[in-house]
Amino acid sequence: MQKFLKRLHWLDYVIVALVLVAVVFVIQRVGGTLNYNWRWEKIPNYIFRYREDQERWVANLLIQGLVATIRISIYASILALVLGVILGVARCSANLAVRMLARTYLEFLRNVPPVVVIFIFFFFLSEQIIAALNMERWARGIARSDDNQIWTFFFGDMRRFPALISGVIVLGLFQSAFVGEIVRAGIQSIDKGQREAARSIGMSRFQELRYIVLPQALRKVLPPMANQFISLVKDSSLVSLISVPDLTFKTVELVASTRMIFEAWLVAAAFYFVICFSLSMLFRRLEQP
Amino acid sequence: MKMNNTRASASLKEMIHVAHVDKFYGDFQALSDVDLSVNQGERIVICGPSGSGKSTLIRCLNGLEFHDAGEIIVDGISVEEDSKHLKTLRQEVGMVFQQFNLFPHLTILENLTIGPMKVRKIAKAEAEKRARLYLERVHIPEQADKYPAQLSGGQQQRVAIARSLCMETRIMLFDEPTSALDPEMINEVLDVMVELADTGITMVCVTHEMGFARKVADRIVFMEAGRIMETATPDKFFTNPDSERLKLFLGQILDH
Repeated sequence: MQKFLKRLHWLDYVIVALVLVAVVFVIQRVGGTLNYNWRWEKIPNYIFRYREDQERWVANLLIQGLVATIRISIYASILALVLGVILGVARCSANLAVRMLARTYLEFLRNVPPVVVIFIFFFFLSEQIIAALNMERWARGIARSDDNQIWTFFFGDMRRFPALISGVIVLGLFQSAFVGEIVRAGIQSIDKGQREAARSIGMSRFQELRYIVLPQALRKVLPPMANQFISLVKDSSLVSLISVPDLTFKTVELVASTRMIFEAWLVAAAFYFVICFSLSMLFRRLEQP
Repeated sequence: MKMNNTRASASLKEMIHVAHVDKFYGDFQALSDVDLSVNQGERIVICGPSGSGKSTLIRCLNGLEFHDAGEIIVDGISVEEDSKHLKTLRQEVGMVFQQFNLFPHLTILENLTIGPMKVRKIAKAEAEKRARLYLERVHIPEQADKYPAQLSGGQQQRVAIARSLCMETRIMLFDEPTSALDPEMINEVLDVMVELADTGITMVCVTHEMGFARKVADRIVFMEAGRIMETATPDKFFTNPDSERLKLFLGQILDH
């Protein structure tokens, strides 16, 4: 701490002071001019709530949303990684048609706003697939059955399963394009001598990819990949637009019913921040051998 | 050396057959009308100035590049881009590269076993036994558990040779195996190659190491501008070359 203070220049103190003044000013404006009525004391109740009938604490709106966000992020990451690797490999394919297909998918996703993409995917893909598979009824069946603990652990309230799956598919598809680009960059960064060596000991194209190119490529792209997964967590808030009950969706609900605009959103922001910041710390750890 | 020559000519099975081969990179003709025949157990050294097509020729032999005209038949298999037998061919033809091209994410032992295990479907224990045997042969059995980056260039190249040997190939191709090495490491690699030459494996080696060529080659091929200018036994090659261009080349590389 001593050392840290010594490293600060006097100008640094000026900057810190200016920032503090700005913060105080904003709070003043909100409190005074907007005549905003802060009700922080109500917030904990929306995080955990005591249920008198069951005599125990249960997760309320915000935690439900947080858990849903974490679930969606994890499943969508896995989906995006799998699709992204396939896409990245396809982008490097020797076959022109495969390459063009992958490129088209990518360019579509890269040059259309994410919200638009999400709506398109949702209405054309998720709804169709979910309706076709009769997933709604199937999920409700599980929700009603007694031994649904495992399902509930992995997917939360099974009645909302179709929404969750839509969110995961939409987010995964949307992110896979970017993961694919990262994978492609990784594959292309591998020296062509590696491929030649693999081929000259008789490996097939698939073996060459599976044992030689991909392991090296994925290791190389770990930092940008980590960043992409952090973006994915943040972008997961977009799926609230298609009524997936994630943290953002739940916060909207909370604000609508209580008018605690600042409190609710600040708590949501804090939740997102904690997830993303811990992830980036974790990845930084992993990168240092 | 005399003995080597008689042995090579005695076993008449033709392992590599190259006839009227042309190869273009765009407008540039890398190989023109190349003919070469290598018998089983023969040791061929290819030399020539840079850009003369030596590497291109050797890379065409196991399908890392493909020729545009003529025919190449290696171990009875025609080398063509869409051939189904290409994989089989490559399993029978080992290749040692200038830049070693070891797999950096695998240990030395794994570098040696991955081919036998994944391509030849040999059990892990057997593959490791074989790998250790060949590491012994290239004099670095103690390095088995290290990664390529922890080894010197000479050691890496010897591992690369062992990796090819582990596939128990009948033909070995060397593409300037000592050109990327520091001078003090060249000999350790050449020693291994000389030992290998004595095992009766068919060898085609692109190199500028004339001492090595003199010692092990049955025939030396001199290339320039994509053509084979002269093919001769080492004796004739060094003492009484036919072409003026080869005399000039030898003068340039031997006068130091």
